[in-house]
Amino acid sequence: MSVLERTPVVVLRDAAKHFGPVKALNGVSLSVAPGECLGLVGHNGAGKSTLVNLVNGTFPASSGEVTFPDGTQGVRSVFQELSLCANLSVAENLSIAHPDLKGFGWRGPARAEILASLDQVFPDHGIHPDTEVDQLTIAERQMVEIAIGFAPRGGAARLVILDEPTSSLDEGIARQLLSHVKAFCASGGAIIFISHMLGEIFDVSSRIVVLKDGVVVADRPAAEFDRQGLVDAMGHVAPEGPQTETGRAALGEVVIRAEGLEARRGEIVGLSGLAGHGQAAALARLYLAQTSDWRAGRGARAVFVAGDRPRDGVLPLWSILRNMSVSVLARDAKGGLVDTGAERRLAEVWQKRIGIRTGDLTNPILSLSGGNQQKVLFARALASDASVIVMDDPMRGVDVGTKQDVYAIVRAEAAKGRTFLWYSTETEEVCQCDRVFVFRNGEISAELTGDDITEEKILEASFEMMEAS
Amino acid sequence: MLARYRILLPVISLAVLLCLTFWMQPRAMSYFGLNLLFNLAVPIALATIAQMMIIMVNDIDLSLGAFVSLVACVTATWLNDAPLIGALILLGLIASYAAMGAVIHTLELPAIVVTLGMSFVWGGMALFLLPTPGGASPSWIRTLMTIKPPLIPMAVVAAILIAALTHILVIRSKIGTVLRGVGGNTRSIARAGWNVTALKATAYGLSGLFGVLAGMALVGLTTSADANIALRYTLLSIAGVILGGGEFTGGKVSPVGAVIGALTLTLAASFLSFLRLSPDWQIGAQGAILILVLTARLLLSRKGAAT
Amino acid sequence: MTMKPWVWGWAAAGLAFVVTLMLTSGRGAGELAYAALSFGAFAAIVGLGQMLVITLGPGNVDLSIPACMTLAGTLALKTMGSDPNTAFLGLAVALATGFGVGCVNFLLIWLLRLPPIIATLAASLIYQSLAIWSNRGLRIKPPEGLADFATGRFIGVPNVAWVALILAVVVWVILERAVWGRWLLASGQNARAARLAGIPVEAVRAATYLSVSVFAALAGYLLASFSGGAALNMGAEYLLTSIAVVVIGGSSIAGGNSNVPGVLGAALFMFLVVSMLNSYGAGAGIKSVLTGTIIIAIVIAASTRRSRQ
Repeated sequence: MSVLERTPVVVLRDAAKHFGPVKALNGVSLSVAPGECLGLVGHNGAGKSTLVNLVNGTFPASSGEVTFPDGTQGVRSVFQELSLCANLSVAENLSIAHPDLKGFGWRGPARAEILASLDQVFPDHGIHPDTEVDQLTIAERQMVEIAIGFAPRGGAARLVILDEPTSSLDEGIARQLLSHVKAFCASGGAIIFISHMLGEIFDVSSRIVVLKDGVVVADRPAAEFDRQGLVDAMGHVAPEGPQTETGRAALGEVVIRAEGLEARRGEIVGLSGLAGHGQAAALARLYLAQTSDWRAGRGARAVFVAGDRPRDGVLPLWSILRNMSVSVLARDAKGGLVDTGAERRLAEVWQKRIGIRTGDLTNPILSLSGGNQQKVLFARALASDASVIVMDDPMRGVDVGTKQDVYAIVRAEAAKGRTFLWYSTETEEVCQCDRVFVFRNGEISAELTGDDITEEKILEASFEMMEAS
Repeated sequence: MLARYRILLPVISLAVLLCLTFWMQPRAMSYFGLNLLFNLAVPIALATIAQMMIIMVNDIDLSLGAFVSLVACVTATWLNDAPLIGALILLGLIASYAAMGAVIHTLELPAIVVTLGMSFVWGGMALFLLPTPGGASPSWIRTLMTIKPPLIPMAVVAAILIAALTHILVIRSKIGTVLRGVGGNTRSIARAGWNVTALKATAYGLSGLFGVLAGMALVGLTTSADANIALRYTLLSIAGVILGGGEFTGGKVSPVGAVIGALTLTLAASFLSFLRLSPDWQIGAQGAILILVLTARLLLSRKGAAT
Repeated sequence: MTMKPWVWGWAAAGLAFVVTLMLTSGRGAGELAYAALSFGAFAAIVGLGQMLVITLGPGNVDLSIPACMTLAGTLALKTMGSDPNTAFLGLAVALATGFGVGCVNFLLIWLLRLPPIIATLAASLIYQSLAIWSNRGLRIKPPEGLADFATGRFIGVPNVAWVALILAVVVWVILERAVWGRWLLASGQNARAARLAGIPVEAVRAATYLSVSVFAALAGYLLASFSGGAALNMGAEYLLTSIAVVVIGGSSIAGGNSNVPGVLGAALFMFLVVSMLNSYGAGAGIKSVLTGTIIIAIVIAASTRRSRQ
């Protein structure tokens, strides 16, 4: 094996990281060699992000060691949350990560370099290097970030860490990235690839490492895993992908008709299409039109479940309890004052129903893992009396176990007569909705029901326009 | 693309105000008239640039007026009487501004409060230096500020120079780009290996430098100083940055716009005196003009968003 | 949290009080306490209002407080015209002025989408002109009964301090127990998330900007009555003071977190520092330098304490 002969790019020996009493990473040994694509999987809170941060030097290991036999140059990270400067142009963002570009005339080379890298990873990207980043869509920003990660920047990328790189990309662009990753490894580069989408992991990885509770539970060549084995290793018995056989309530009258969307009582309506084609914006407009800036009705008709938790959902200074109860305060209040007893009872009921893993509801919300924070947001919405529940890609970066829990709850609530409007970037999820609206360029391009809801049909409706033009 | 669009409104509002002034007072349309109109613009423009350096890194400086006053006092006393010591004091002041930036960043202090506290410190030092109005402008500053270039008045030349130089510094140069990046996304700058503390110190140091220049220019025009001479610069400079298309967060600033904003504010004051407005209403009218221009900006940007 | 951040404000106030008494060898403790409680009350009233606004989140601050105080004080005294039995009429005029100022401020922020700093700054210039125009150098004395009330005491504590205390309790209850308080705190942490959670954020903002102006108007009314007339510069020092007491009091400048007891302690402290320096016989310049240094020192102390937790 040629991989074994080469000097590894990075070697971790029994590396551990503790945050106070919390052991985020508890003694991990692994190495990444040139030409290797290491798929890193595990549930939220398993220690993936901590491992990444040890490798890219965000913080040092509490014990053990992280070594780079050939130095740290050429080790790059593409972070899960978008980390560009929105006020700068695409080329300026590259130059910030490129110390050699300085003095007079640094702009030309910066433009050329980012353009070359974008062309290489995402052919036909259509991004101009002088565009300010805040004029780009989320997907385009992610593309720029990835391109900066692979750009030479005065040397050459040797190890690129991709943390959920495809979470905001649609499938076509994601495929471009995956094929670039394969080409990059074939030419001797190393990749650490983190994803919740197991299909991608199997597609690109040469080796798969499974993390669980801060330790490596499996580290084998990708060929030795199958899908079920991988899910089992991660520690969940539930298979990936939602089940579709649950009995459905008979659909009632139309409860909402806005933005070209229509939903009936007890219906789960999916919004699909390529990422960033106006689904999230349509949902936000729909929700804002249903509720008021000025009044909090006792029984608001609609509630919102955010997918972008830091931006749209979590109130970071508050406890889990307060985050959960915020939408129903007015309903349960007595004479304008918060009924703390009712608040606590409500939170305890929902903690059990939705399975939020915490010892104490008064702990800060940020002490929870991402998946559990998402459950709090679900509980916040479901605890209300609202009949319409708007979900803006709530499963982004959520682990398989949490997804299963939530699918079941959504089904049960819909059976009780609640209506769900559910935007998802994962076609598998959309496929089990009662009705699907496919978006393209900010407009609805298709409405699918019943047996018409298939991955092929959705993709077809997403791409039609592009073929035509 | 939008950055270029952002500069339009400040230019238009200045042009409109200038036309109105000329219409009211045709004699202002001359070398001498322009000089009179924009006489006080140079120190205000410099102070606005100083404020912009801080706003660029997502902070705000409530001490700038007191600082410019202090500089004016130092200029009118030490720099006039003992130039070497005076120059050293001014350098020290710039350094303390840089240190203030470093402290604010390392200890994660709210800039609004620290600069608030510093405004007491600067104000106190100015009062200590010049308890009563007095001092004299060093003759070379006086000469520089009253120079009469051919064709275009000194104030206009200076404004163009300041705008051009700061544009190169903040928008075109690498360091300016990185500093704006600090305002846009501090974490990503830190991840790219930059020392953010040093960058913040640089931004504050630059602010101190322009504050010092503002104070010196002011003394060159007024020929003497007092401890309260420039207190209103704090609010004027903030208004200038915003008028010039800058935003309080996200590192979105425009040096050319800031200079134009400062010119607009200066012109507004002259314009109001031409209107023969009762002195009671002079201040209020300035507020009204500020609101008017910002309303126009809102309408324009809405229109821009719609198309 | 083991050590509440507001403890610092109170501890510093106590220290300043003791040091001042040591300098005057114990003489005048009563007078000092009276003065501190009276002047502290004005700072506390405007500080509570400013605290609510700052709690709304980054960028929210009311720079029109001094102009609002002056305008309310001036209009109230002009209406009363030293006639006895007009105290409540004057109060109503002052509060109505505050309400009007708050409405204008909020409309500028809401309709014109101006950053609050700029909106309140620009509007304050207009209020200032209004006050100059309506006052024109006249110095009208407050009605006698009102002046007596403003300078009087109840159970040994100045009446104005009682007013500040009652107001503080009301604000505290709203923030800690009321739905509105929760909404305000949520909006301050993340306005977008709060709106998406069904909170009527615009109503919350409107109420907050109205409260700060009404509080400032009340402070202006009391201050004018206390000091025997409205002066055009009477509010000037309260711009910096209102912000300083909020921060020294331990509220987060980033919003979403407020601290009522801290504001009270900080308000006392701000006055006591000045009197401490006065009893040193310090000149105006040195006094100012030290005041600034102490403000910064307290902010640093509070922040390092917080980050160690």
